[in-house]
Amino acid sequence: MEGFTKLTAAAVPIDEPNVDTNQLCPTRFNKMPIGDPDYPRILFHDQRFNSDGSEKPDFILNQDAYRNAEIIVADRNWGGGSSRETAVYALMAYGIRCVIASSFGDIHRNNCLKNGVLPVTLPNETCIALRRQLQGNLEATITVDLESQTVTAPDGTQHNFDITPVSKRCLVKGLDDVGRTEEFQSDIDAFRVRYQDALPFQAAVAKPSN
Amino acid sequence: MTSAQTMFEKIWQQHVIAEEEDEALLYVDRCLIHEGSRHTFDQMDEEGRSPVEPDKVFAFSDHYAQTTGRDQGLGAISDPKIRGMIELLTKNTKKHGIRHFDIGDPDQGILHVVGPEQGITIPGILLIGADSHTATHGALGNLSFGAGSSEVYHVVVTQTLWQRKPRSMRITIDGTLPFGVASKDLILAIIAKIGHGGAAGHVIEYAGSAVDAMTIEQRMTVCNMSIEAGGRAGMMAPDDKVLDYVHGRPYTPAGADWDQAVEYWRTLPTDDGALFDTEVSLNASELTPMVTWGTNPEHTLPITGRAPSPEDAGTEADKREIAAALEYMDIKPGMPLDKIAVNRVFIGSCTNGRIEDLRAAAEVAGLGKAKVPAWIVPGSGAVKRQAEAEGLDKVFTAAGFEWRDPGCSLCTAINGDILQPGERCASTSNRNFKGRQGLGSRTHLVSPAMAAAAAITGTLTDVRNLAKGS
Repeated sequence: MEGFTKLTAAAVPIDEPNVDTNQLCPTRFNKMPIGDPDYPRILFHDQRFNSDGSEKPDFILNQDAYRNAEIIVADRNWGGGSSRETAVYALMAYGIRCVIASSFGDIHRNNCLKNGVLPVTLPNETCIALRRQLQGNLEATITVDLESQTVTAPDGTQHNFDITPVSKRCLVKGLDDVGRTEEFQSDIDAFRVRYQDALPFQAAVAKPSN
Repeated sequence: MTSAQTMFEKIWQQHVIAEEEDEALLYVDRCLIHEGSRHTFDQMDEEGRSPVEPDKVFAFSDHYAQTTGRDQGLGAISDPKIRGMIELLTKNTKKHGIRHFDIGDPDQGILHVVGPEQGITIPGILLIGADSHTATHGALGNLSFGAGSSEVYHVVVTQTLWQRKPRSMRITIDGTLPFGVASKDLILAIIAKIGHGGAAGHVIEYAGSAVDAMTIEQRMTVCNMSIEAGGRAGMMAPDDKVLDYVHGRPYTPAGADWDQAVEYWRTLPTDDGALFDTEVSLNASELTPMVTWGTNPEHTLPITGRAPSPEDAGTEADKREIAAALEYMDIKPGMPLDKIAVNRVFIGSCTNGRIEDLRAAAEVAGLGKAKVPAWIVPGSGAVKRQAEAEGLDKVFTAAGFEWRDPGCSLCTAINGDILQPGERCASTSNRNFKGRQGLGSRTHLVSPAMAAAAAITGTLTDVRNLAKGS
């Protein structure tokens, strides 16, 4: 995956709590393979487009100031609901590399981390303030610096955010998990022996009885 | 000398292979996938990897399964893209030697119904599913949670998963569920109380006398919707009811293994005095039948209530959310919920597609005739056979309900079963998100009995009023 270090970009304020993954990628698009050229149109598809494929001009992603946004500033519980990773493929295909919210759906948050999209958790009042600044200034940008764990608001205010050391390292270096796990192969092998010994009924799947 | 531990802590510790800073590498006992797991197989092809323990991976054709004309197999699916998703899973599972509950399999059904039915789900295990409703399985006393395709790929090719340890939450439910109030109403009430993201970052253990009194299927309904409260997983202690349920199923340990397993499983329940990061409590005796009015499961109220007003909310964003939800649902603030007419009824899904759900629905269906199209979609082939053996299919069809084949149907709405824009459905599924049952669809989540009541009255209805008159 692509590494993430520092990003200064236009940001789109999404002024609603509880944006679920069905909105980020409606279920019927889950069939699409990774890298399908239609992904850029999938993000918020049903709120962005009419049934004839034309844009709904009122929807925020269809406003010129936000077409090149690489950051989303949301509210609480961003990405709740379904585990579909297509929601993250849709974000990435649109060009989003970072979502700032006051809380995240756990599975979606993990899916973001596995694909190089940085989920930043900030207090809700900070998210509200950031969105206000973006709404008041269409030229505004936000800077997200993963190394220093700071978000710089359009007005220059800095906000620190937490991220776990492993997540940070994997994002910065663009590391994938399987490579990391292979370094633990001897631990896995030793575990398997221990496990089989301690809990044989659980370590092996019973052969179906009928 | 060990200190008092929660069940979650015990199961977690049992599966830790190694730790690195804030994450643990966990051994995974079972992995459940479905047609939507195509990205996992695509990643395997791309990286040239295969499952390390294919006998611990189980595949289910359910999300894209057609729910009519099952005797014609895949031929009944006219849309080649939908059919292609099932064919792709068949091809991928054959290639990698994975057990697939395919369309033609008599035990095919929804992964969260079939897993427990087949004994694939047992107490004590760590089970990862390619689906957010994997928490269902925790009703049997294990740790089960959903994951995206990258994490599932990692599980399949290593049989392990890196995770940061979630916090623990105990939701204690004492009292007795009153007449007409189902376990679906209980979990909807919990979500309304703690919020759609209320248990984010937590594994929930449900405990208390109301949980003890529940059947296994009622417990599964509660655990199933843990994700709708944001919970990473939901679990309940493996008591005698769980052992009775699990015993003798096809993949359940047998013979000497069974005895050893039971001995171990009895050590799993949370120790007295164990501490949880968060405690919540609820009195089941005070509950009423519930219904969702809006566009996420936190938008839940008693059926006796009225739709809220945006003015009731605290923040500006919350006001906008309520206003947008009311507009999408075409409901006026203050409208009595039992005056809302529906066009469709759906009874089924991994939340409420089991035999006890169908019995509860049939009891109400037998009181009248469906006024709107009402579908009954059993959760699995086994549920369908059992219902037919009990004559429930006859009760439903006599009342004008449609008796269909097993699958996710109108819960995922990607299998040909779909609502038209603007249609309003009383549904026993788990999500009322915008567009969930089809573009522009409107969903009201209810229990099976409440759904059947809506079918025979054509309106969201307090089932207690109907049943009283019978």
